[in-house]
Amino acid sequence: MRRSARTFWLFVGPFVAGLLVFTYVPIGWSTYLSFFDAHNTVAPTDFVGLANYVDVLTDGEFLGSVSTFTVFAAFIIPTTTALALALALLVNRIRFARTFFRSVFFLPFACSYVVASLVWKMSLFSGVDSGVVNTVFGWFGGEPQAWIGTVDPPLYWVVLVTVRLWLQLGFYMILFIAALQRIPGNLYEAAWIDGASPRQAFRHITLPGLRGTLIAVLTLNLINAYQAFDEFYNILGDSRGYPPFARPPLVYLYYTSLGSGGQDLGRGSAGAVVLALVIALVTLLTGRVFRRSQ
Amino acid sequence: MRALRWFALSVGAVVFLLPFAVLVRDGVGGWSEVFSDREIPLVRSLLNSTVVAVGQTVGQVVLCALAGYGLARVPYRHASVVLYAIVATLMVPTAVTFLPSFVVVSSLGWLSDLRGLIVPGLFSALNVFLFRQYFQDFPTPLEEAGRLDGLTVWGVYWRVVVPNSRGFVAAIAVIDFIGSWNQFLWPLIIAQDSSTWTVQVALSSLLTAQNPRITLLFAAATVSILPIVLIFVVLQRYLVRGVTETGLTGQ
Repeated sequence: MRRSARTFWLFVGPFVAGLLVFTYVPIGWSTYLSFFDAHNTVAPTDFVGLANYVDVLTDGEFLGSVSTFTVFAAFIIPTTTALALALALLVNRIRFARTFFRSVFFLPFACSYVVASLVWKMSLFSGVDSGVVNTVFGWFGGEPQAWIGTVDPPLYWVVLVTVRLWLQLGFYMILFIAALQRIPGNLYEAAWIDGASPRQAFRHITLPGLRGTLIAVLTLNLINAYQAFDEFYNILGDSRGYPPFARPPLVYLYYTSLGSGGQDLGRGSAGAVVLALVIALVTLLTGRVFRRSQ
Repeated sequence: MRALRWFALSVGAVVFLLPFAVLVRDGVGGWSEVFSDREIPLVRSLLNSTVVAVGQTVGQVVLCALAGYGLARVPYRHASVVLYAIVATLMVPTAVTFLPSFVVVSSLGWLSDLRGLIVPGLFSALNVFLFRQYFQDFPTPLEEAGRLDGLTVWGVYWRVVVPNSRGFVAAIAVIDFIGSWNQFLWPLIIAQDSSTWTVQVALSSLLTAQNPRITLLFAAATVSILPIVLIFVVLQRYLVRGVTETGLTGQ
């Protein structure tokens, strides 16, 4: 081997070896398993062709969870993006105490989904009259709600959406603030001299300047929404397991392949492959629609 | 307009801080027994979380920075193929690999083993990509000076490049540490025995148990976020830089 090649692998080799073992092998192995009857085994012998895929694609539970999460994504992504942008614009406009407000909105990033779930489930949205949100409701003459304990109306979505917003907004706000600060200030001065209104300046300077970040935020958001697990598992799950509604695809995969009722790794793997394709497809479509609309 | 802006910000700040206030308020009654109670293995799980987060952060930064530097600076015929093979894995969502990775880890006999918690997470393609970008912009005169002093590429990396990249390394490390400390799904699957629980798994198993002891749980949760809040306060500069660097690659 040439010297430079040896040096290259000295640097890159350890990482590539690990990537092969812990990313490439799993992907290959899982694709392989998805064509086998792999109950409680990782070395199956019973080839079943596309049966696992047929199983998954005709399973109302799986389809339901994917479509529920498409609706979830369609709601949470624009909401997160708009609110994060609003926070960034607000924080960016003030001079005094800017760092303070930025830190406050960013602080939930330090909190885990598990801890946030605990606070939301047991305190903020606790179904008892003394729950924080129920107390606030009471001040305005509202009736206390059960929040998580009731299916009709499905108020648990309020709990799940607000916890995710609280945890994620700060992260995206930081991205937007960074992007806002990269827009050259003299553009605004020029626009002001030309007599542009603040609204026009926002439309023709700020928005185009944020375009790259907007696409980044939407994409990250999208991938995250389909992979929701932590807060769903911890807020809706209890000692009896997970309820039949609001099941994220990952919760479905988790219970199918690792649950106590028989581990079906073949079917779980087929579900994982389908989910990967769904995420890829939706990302692609969103990207295309978004780029065309510019 | 200005008053309205201040009003919106203040209301927002109160809403954002409220959950932390509630967390502390509801845990006060449990502080005296939180470390001694047998029901929640808090000390053990904090220790596990520390080992996992420190191990993962150090390992990730060392491995990924090395690879990033090799890709950015060491000429090699197939370097672009290697880079593509690494970046391509960014397209695969973690949701899809958690199950097959579980299979690999269980075949290695690493279930309920800290190695199973740490090692698979070390190989972050995103970090390699970020380090490569960073090293491409590293000032070459510094490296050349090192070469003139008789250092090899390896020597230049460790004695010139790394010491001059502390800020960037800190930014990546802070993000990695928080991500590792707060991760849940992977330890939930791998740490099946309570002796290997991380603090997130310990909290979750108590939260989803029958008749959870809420005060104790809140006290334990408060303890669990202290290290990260401390990092947040002390290293926020690096954290903001890390978030900015990480997020922008989404493009």
